[in-house]
Formats: sequence, structure tokens, C-alpha cells
Amino acid sequence: MALNTEKNSYTVLFAVVMVVVVGSILAGFANGLKPTIKANERYEKQQNILYAMGVNENEGANDVEFIPTERVEEVFAQYIKKQYVIQGDEVTENDEAYLIDIKKEEAKAKNGNYQRRLPLFLAEKDGREVYIMPVRGKGLWDAIWGFVAVDKSMIIEGVYFDHKGETPGLGAEIKQRFFMDDFEGESFLNDGSFSTVKVAKGNNDPKNEDKTDNEVDALAGATITGDGLTAMLRKDVKMYVPYFKKLN
Amino acid sequence: MGLLSKKDSKLILDPLADNNPITIQVLGICSALAITAQLKPSIVMAISVIFVLGVGNVVISLMRNIIPSKIRIIVQLIVVATLVIIVDQVLKAFAYELSKELSVFIGLIITNCIIMGRFEAFALGNGPWKSFLDGIGNALGYGVILIIVGFFRELFGSGTLFGIKVLGDSVEKTGLYAIGYENNGFMVLPPMALIVVGIIIWVQRSKNKALIEEN
Repeated sequence: MALNTEKNSYTVLFAVVMVVVVGSILAGFANGLKPTIKANERYEKQQNILYAMGVNENEGANDVEFIPTERVEEVFAQYIKKQYVIQGDEVTENDEAYLIDIKKEEAKAKNGNYQRRLPLFLAEKDGREVYIMPVRGKGLWDAIWGFVAVDKSMIIEGVYFDHKGETPGLGAEIKQRFFMDDFEGESFLNDGSFSTVKVAKGNNDPKNEDKTDNEVDALAGATITGDGLTAMLRKDVKMYVPYFKKLN
Repeated sequence: MGLLSKKDSKLILDPLADNNPITIQVLGICSALAITAQLKPSIVMAISVIFVLGVGNVVISLMRNIIPSKIRIIVQLIVVATLVIIVDQVLKAFAYELSKELSVFIGLIITNCIIMGRFEAFALGNGPWKSFLDGIGNALGYGVILIIVGFFRELFGSGTLFGIKVLGDSVEKTGLYAIGYENNGFMVLPPMALIVVGIIIWVQRSKNKALIEEN
């Protein structure tokens, strides 16, 4: 029996069947692989947090090497002493604070009376306390995010930045060592009041020797990504300032 | 070849050399430029395309008599998109780092003109076995070029292969770097991929004069 594939009713029927079949195949795959993918994302977060506080496997001067996935949970538990959730004036301990999706928190806080939950990680490194905050903002094309590690007086110990789709060779360089390392030693406090660390064009300190200027040298050709990064730090780190003021 | 008839082996071997999708048909260039800065992503991309094109050609070929011709392009797109999403999910689950590195390019397999081209030109008119061979052949032809380009770009651009420093350490000046060798940063940028592909095309055509078009 020859099928009349030209009929409209056949075309519609074919399309419907095709959509249902393809839909179920994809749904099956997505469900089956979800746990593994979630675990990968969790490890990545732990790796990023550890990287920001300077726990990594960097060897060469340009390496950005994380603690390997197989060991990361163990190392994370070893360094991260406490995980806090800050909500308004309330500070609670929560061992899964690192799983808080700060993108969702930000969206919820935008519409209506919601006090967003801020995760904060207290780590111990070489006998000193390090606090790590997640940050998230907008670059030129898409989201940028990262983790900022500071000491008690908000002087940066290290940072980690990542991006979704910044221009390779320009904005995407924010995740390079030479850029991230520049942040070390800069301070978020200026005479006791909050002052964000700026990504500045044409500052007179390209080698970044002056650690009191709250500025790091910008990336050439990545003005909007750099401005976005400055705005991200200003917006997100500021929310933690009351907590740090209480510490000192 | 015992397994394959002469005609069948031609389906696999032709796209590897004299009818290569990249160097002769100049298809699939965009992804060839974008991901070949290193060897490893090139190989993963090649494997992904082999999977998508091999399976996709068979699926389209099996459905060739029941696909309504009015919506055949859409049907082809759905098949590619499905396969690509599967590849993407599998990579995310089992090769997370790599999937981050390849990020958008896995999605871009959908727009790889080689795939739609083979569906439309071959799978719609041929049986599943032949289509499978054609798909594998063309994807291999694409993959071979990708790997050659990736090899040269990573070797001369970063002095590494698979991330292993084969020429010595450029910072500590060991190996070749001790006698003043420098990495060519230009190799890492996309324009150089185009030039490398150009050189491959040049070499291939000067070896086989039959490929040179007459003006």
C-alpha cells in the first residue's frame, strides 16, 4: 500500500507523532542523566569556592587548575569550616549553603517582600580565617559570576570569575590568572566604609602594586565586561558589609 | 575490504580525501575554525559529529518513505536537534569540563551544514546501510581535517598536545624554548585556523590536479 504522503492530514499526523516520540525520548534522557549532571555542577561549585580561597593545583604561572573532581568533596570538607546563610539580621548555619542558587534568590528578592538568603563560607587556611562570598552579575553578552575570598577586614585573599559567553580573547579573559591574581590584596573597605574594588581603565598602576587604590587594571577591549564586573562586586559584596562590620 | 563492496567502501573513503566536506565542498568551516585551538576538543567534536551524522543519516533514511515532503526540512532539523541534545546531555554527565569548553559549539552541530547537507542529498534517497556509511565517511572526513588543524594549532600555538608540554616549558625556558623558540600566539586565534585549512587545501590540490577547477 503506497502511502499518500502529500495529504495535509497525513502531514499534521506525522508532525504530531514525531513531536510526541522525540519529546519522550528526550525527557527520558534528561531524567536519566539528571543526577550525574547535578553532581558535576555541585563539584564545580566546590572547586570554584576552593579556588577563590587559594586552594588549587596551580603549577605554572598561567595555570588555573582546580582540585580534581574525585577529591574535591573531601578537600572542601577539610577547608570549609562553616557555611552560613545570612537573611537580614539572622545568621544561621547550613551545610548546604553552597547549593543556594543566588540567581533565583536575586529574582525572588526583586518581586516583593523577600529577604534574600546570602550564603557565606568560613574557611580556615594556614591558621587564618577566610570568608568566601558568591557574586553574580552581567557581562557584555551574558551572565558573569564568581567567588570572592576576603579576610575579616575585607581585604581580598583571592577571587574566581567565570562567564557564560563573553568574547573569547577579550571579556573571556576575566577567568585568566593574570586578571584574577590582580585582585589579591585589594580592599573593599576604605577608612571603614564600603568601597568596591573597581576594574579601571587607565589607572596609573598597571602592575597593580598600589593596593590602597581599590582598583585593578582593566582588560583591553573588554570595557563592558569590566564595568559589569565592577557593578557585580559593588552590588553583591555590599550586601555582606553589615555582617563584616559586626565582626570587627 | 571483505566486508564492504567496492561501491560501499567508496562511500566511506571518498569524503576522506577527494570529496572531503571541508577542503573540497568547503562546508562546516565555522566549527572547524572555532574549536580547533586545541587537539582534545577537536577530537571530541569529531566523535560527536560522527555519532550525530551516522545515526541521523540512518534515521532519516529509515523514514525516507514516510516523511511528508512538505515538512522534510523540519523533520531533518528535529532529528539533528534531538541527537545533538543527547550528545550534549551525555557530555555534561560524563565529560563535564569538556562540555563547558565546547559549550555552544555542541549546540552548533545543529547548524553544521554538512549534516543537513548529507540528510538532504543522500539519506533521503538511499537505504539505511549506505546512508550510515555515507554519514560515517563524511563525518570522518570532517573529523580528520579538524584533528590535523587542531594538532598544528595546539603544537605551534601553545607548545602542547593534549595539554602535555611537548616542546618544553615556555616560562622556565626548558627544551626548545632554551634555544630561543617562542610560541606563536597567532596560531591560537581563529584566523590562523582558516590559514591552516587553506594550506591543507593547497597541499591536497597540488597533489591531485584533478581537483583544480578550471576557470
